[in-house]
Amino acid sequence: MPKRFVAIWFRYLKTDWFVRREKALSKIPFVLASPDHGRMVVTAVNPLAEQEGICTGMLVADARVIIPSLNVLDDQPGLPEKLLGGLGEWCIRFTPIVAMDLPDGLLLDVSGCAHLWGGEQLYIEHIHKRFKELGYHVRMGMADTIGTAWAFARYGNGSAIIESNKQATALLVLPAAALRLEPETVERLHALGLRSIQHFINMPLSVLRRRFGETFITRLNQALGNEEEMITPVQPIAVYCERLTSLEPIITLTGIEMALQQLLETLCNKLLHEQKGIRTACFKCYRVDGKTATVEIGTNRATVNSKHLFKLFELKLSAIEPAFGIELFTLEAKRTEDIVSSQSTLWQQTAGLHHTELAELMDRIAGKFGAHTIKRYLPAEHYWPERSYKAAQQLLEENNVTWKVERPRPIQLLSTPAPIEVTAPVPDYPPMLFRYKGTLHKVIKADGPERIEQEWWLQQGQHRDYYVVEDQNGARYWIFRLGHYTDENYQWFLHGFFA
Amino acid sequence: MLPAKAYIIAQLQKDLLKLSGMKPAGHASDLPKGLGFLKDHLPQANFPTAAVHEFVCANKEGVAATEGFVSALVSTITHPDAITVWLSPGKTLFPPAIKLFGLDPDRIIFIQLHQEKELLWATEEALKCRGLAAVVCELQELSFTSSRRLQLAVEQSAVTGFILRVNPRKLTATTCVSRWRISSIASETNGMPGVGFPKWDVELLKMRNGKPGSWEVEWKENRFHLHEHIAAVEPQLHRKTG
Repeated sequence: MPKRFVAIWFRYLKTDWFVRREKALSKIPFVLASPDHGRMVVTAVNPLAEQEGICTGMLVADARVIIPSLNVLDDQPGLPEKLLGGLGEWCIRFTPIVAMDLPDGLLLDVSGCAHLWGGEQLYIEHIHKRFKELGYHVRMGMADTIGTAWAFARYGNGSAIIESNKQATALLVLPAAALRLEPETVERLHALGLRSIQHFINMPLSVLRRRFGETFITRLNQALGNEEEMITPVQPIAVYCERLTSLEPIITLTGIEMALQQLLETLCNKLLHEQKGIRTACFKCYRVDGKTATVEIGTNRATVNSKHLFKLFELKLSAIEPAFGIELFTLEAKRTEDIVSSQSTLWQQTAGLHHTELAELMDRIAGKFGAHTIKRYLPAEHYWPERSYKAAQQLLEENNVTWKVERPRPIQLLSTPAPIEVTAPVPDYPPMLFRYKGTLHKVIKADGPERIEQEWWLQQGQHRDYYVVEDQNGARYWIFRLGHYTDENYQWFLHGFFA
Repeated sequence: MLPAKAYIIAQLQKDLLKLSGMKPAGHASDLPKGLGFLKDHLPQANFPTAAVHEFVCANKEGVAATEGFVSALVSTITHPDAITVWLSPGKTLFPPAIKLFGLDPDRIIFIQLHQEKELLWATEEALKCRGLAAVVCELQELSFTSSRRLQLAVEQSAVTGFILRVNPRKLTATTCVSRWRISSIASETNGMPGVGFPKWDVELLKMRNGKPGSWEVEWKENRFHLHEHIAAVEPQLHRKTG
């Protein structure tokens, strides 16, 4: 398929932006200026001021001679980059590949896009209309090469469409500067009387190269299509990305859901063919007013189950605010992984943690409440009760240590031991009575002590002497004494409840 | 009764079970070891899996006893490789202790959610998941409507649900297949010093298509043991709650 490019030239990029911000400026001549060597130099001119003969590079003082009431506003450094970046992203509704052409243009790779708008003429008109609505004066050129499109955007009459493979004849009438040449080269051409492209296009390349340098030849070849030219898109092209444009702006949840479903199915089919699965996906809604709403989901395991993915998105769809409507949806698989197609039914009994439905359940819970709510514990090789287990890093982490069952451990462990009052008869004997939260418990049976020392390499402190005690009601508790009985300041705590 | 008539009645009872959302029983004597004491009180002498069971506990000691009993029950009725999801409002369960009841702590996925609404949503989602063997949820209140949602979820997936109702304000009717109350009682030491194996007073307050009952059960050597001397007294009081 032949490549097609559109070059957009913003004649009054910066001043149009100021007018967009303040409507009143559209009726009066004004310029932007920035200080240069102690003088104010005009850097941008609006159409009204231009009609009066003011042009960029003039001194503000000189411009004020022409129009004494001229409005002078401060230019902002870096403004074109910022504006073109934003406009470029906005243009993604017309084509996925948009590049900035500093200082005042955009380049669109529209290969295979125009027919979606009913032909190239309508496509160009549509883009033109949309920019006009935004308040930008644009001129556009469409051609097989970037060079020709650029030339006709700036030097053609209005918006021009150059038919496929006609760029060589079309370029003939344009001035030499249309080839994106250095000002010095253009001057030299003018000095030699070579004012338009037809004057030199038929000259031997070796002659031209000797007089005007290698860049000149490159530019000429790029315009004619003999040499390929690459552009850098403002947004890197996602490998797995689906788009859906809507005929009318969509404002209902049902509409958004339908769009998402359709996109998911296409994307999942595409991924399935390549044996890939989605780990993170991003659903973007481009609104009519130029803003985008984004919803992102993640999964524990690569999946192409569109129903499951839809459920994950569904939890977050209510966060999308359609405002005046959404005109474009894109769904991008940001992170993909290879999937091994599994025999689904045969292994279900022993699938354990690797069960697909389990992974999907975890995705749903993590998507709704956050991944921190899901925990799985593995044994840790410590005797200190609080450190005797650790949270698994991943849901599927393998367990290499066995759980210790030699010593009794309570089914419920208080995160901080609760202080209790105790009556204990002789040193190192279990207590006879203890009071916990105002209730007196009489110890009938007791086991212990089990001394657990502090792990000095981790933490300093006193050891604990644990007792298992059973009270008059048959309830079993885990209590401990912190420190030696002979110490002045030993304390008793309740640490857990046995089943 | 004529044998033919008895057969018809047995068939009808089976159909009734099916209609009330229970899976048809495979073999009548399929009770896992140690659960033999429940035999006469269960529908078709089979422990109802693919159903939701309700446990009522009044205080912290009761919660601990119930958690222990449920862990032991889950380990008895499920495959050792199966995965259990345990939902609770806070972190109280001590994973290393679960191993003492035969359940592998690393085969349990803990989900901690603070609000009852969130817990119910997650429980329902978990009960729908065919990759699980059991779902345990610690809740305070369970309305009739939400219990019905849970029951509908398990009928599709054949997961067994255990709802631990911690300190409920009111015991309303639910669609749960059974209601239990577990409390710790003094352990047996046979005259030896120390504390014995975990021992519970297991009260089966109601069992759909079964009978209520009460037992003293001990957990030792990785299975339930019934204390025969006070075997299966049916308290008249509890009949009404069923």
